[in-house]
Amino acid sequence: MTLALAIILVVVLSSAALGVYAGRRQPLSLENWTVGGRRFGVLLIWLLMAGEIYTTFTFLGASGWAYSRGAPTYYIPIYGTLAYVISFFILPKLWRIGKQRGLHTQPDFFVAAYGSRTLGVLVALIGIVSIVPYLQLQLKGLGLIVEVAGGGAVSPEVAISVSFVLTCAFVYTSGLRGSAWVAVIKDVLMIAAVGIVGIGVPLKYFGGYGKMFKALIAQYPGHLVFPGATPSLDVWWVMSTALLTGAGFYMWPHMVGSAFSAKSEKVLRRNAVIMPFYQIPIVLVFMVGLTAFLVLPGLKNGDMAFLTLVQKSYPAWFLGFVGAAGAVTAMVPASVLVLFASTLLAKNVYQGAFNPKADERTVLRLSRAMVLIIMTLALVFALLFPSALVNLLLIGYDGVSQFFPGMVLGLFWKRVRTAGVLAGLIAGFALVVGLVFTGHDPLFGLNAGFVALVVNMALAVGISLFSKRSSMSGVV
Amino acid sequence: MKKKIRWSLVLGAIPFLTLVFALPFVNRIEPVILGFPFVLFWIVLWILLTPPILYAAYRLEMRRDKDKAGERP
Repeated sequence: MTLALAIILVVVLSSAALGVYAGRRQPLSLENWTVGGRRFGVLLIWLLMAGEIYTTFTFLGASGWAYSRGAPTYYIPIYGTLAYVISFFILPKLWRIGKQRGLHTQPDFFVAAYGSRTLGVLVALIGIVSIVPYLQLQLKGLGLIVEVAGGGAVSPEVAISVSFVLTCAFVYTSGLRGSAWVAVIKDVLMIAAVGIVGIGVPLKYFGGYGKMFKALIAQYPGHLVFPGATPSLDVWWVMSTALLTGAGFYMWPHMVGSAFSAKSEKVLRRNAVIMPFYQIPIVLVFMVGLTAFLVLPGLKNGDMAFLTLVQKSYPAWFLGFVGAAGAVTAMVPASVLVLFASTLLAKNVYQGAFNPKADERTVLRLSRAMVLIIMTLALVFALLFPSALVNLLLIGYDGVSQFFPGMVLGLFWKRVRTAGVLAGLIAGFALVVGLVFTGHDPLFGLNAGFVALVVNMALAVGISLFSKRSSMSGVV
Repeated sequence: MKKKIRWSLVLGAIPFLTLVFALPFVNRIEPVILGFPFVLFWIVLWILLTPPILYAAYRLEMRRDKDKAGERP
């Protein structure tokens, strides 16, 4: 066994062990398993939420985009920052309602705010359809990272299967608390890896950022301003995409669920204040992609830029360290994604649509069983049909962003009506699917999901205004 | 009671103005600042300024919560 491989194995195994240990002294209940008993303080919430925004996409996708597309990539730290600003204003109230009414999931909130089980089931289904491809992407990224970092000694299939078993183990036993604890290891490794490579690589090849930018400006000035290398991704695309994904970030079911796990509103507000700093490592990742653009021109797959450059520039053991960081970086978001997809399926689809009388023990048992089933599904797709879900992945972010009007209006506007939100959501989601699958994204230079969100919001507000003023069992 | 402007929301609008709506006006390389092309420098600057802005909003919200709690009998 190579040293690199040994490092990856030790890190991954000890992370999973910590995850299992995390839930050892917590009595098993739906409240503890899904939202950590609502007891997470500033530190755990920070680690968990940071753990969720940094996925394998950070390593591979952001550097890959900086490499192959250039400036449009700047939208990533922008949308993260906007997402935290939005969270500052919406999460405290959402948390309070969650606490008062004992909510565990995002569809729970829709049922509470609009008194409509149909809406709850619809939100749950759109949520699951968006989560599964995202989960598969994490497994796929992990396979790629371990394959390269291990020097080809481990096939991606083996790496994916091992991480699958380990992730299932700590989600099954510890629930969200397990993910939060593993996120401790993940965040430390990830920041270290990105910091070392992001600062080290431009230094090694150019003697610093300034000189790297100087070389880029001299040779490819267009790469550094919008639209970069892709004419259809001009500044309007960047603006609309930053707004859409910024609005959509906390609309992911697993992000709403994680917000419920906070100890108090104050914890969420404080978290929102400090989190934008956490966008800076993404800028470091850009530096790696931009360095690769100059040093390793002509890579077929831009997503390989980060790993190829690390391989070229560092000794094998360091590659193992990056591989370990990459593997845990996939496992933490994967664990949270699968946890909430399972709870959505058990609580909001099974109990919500088919068996409203199911008691909490049954829902918990079913949720935990669903972990295995959903992970297996993602595993099968990742191994047998690696490209089958690519289309679904395209609509994931655009899809969950369509929950935004329902969430925000439900929280802050007394006059909002169920019919408006339902019509907006259906129209918005249909528009996303239609535009993306017919190749109309971007539409008129704007992100198609953003266009859908505008239509969605207009319908939700318009129909609510034209409905009769009547008493409603809302939460406002 | 007169409805007061919620200043925390005004503060929250600043990152949207600078990081989204200002982008067409800052989309250039020159002047290079601290080695960064101008547009990237602008973005990094406002990301770093967002936490202090949100901290000010945090203080305002805390005071608002306190006032509200005081109004209740």
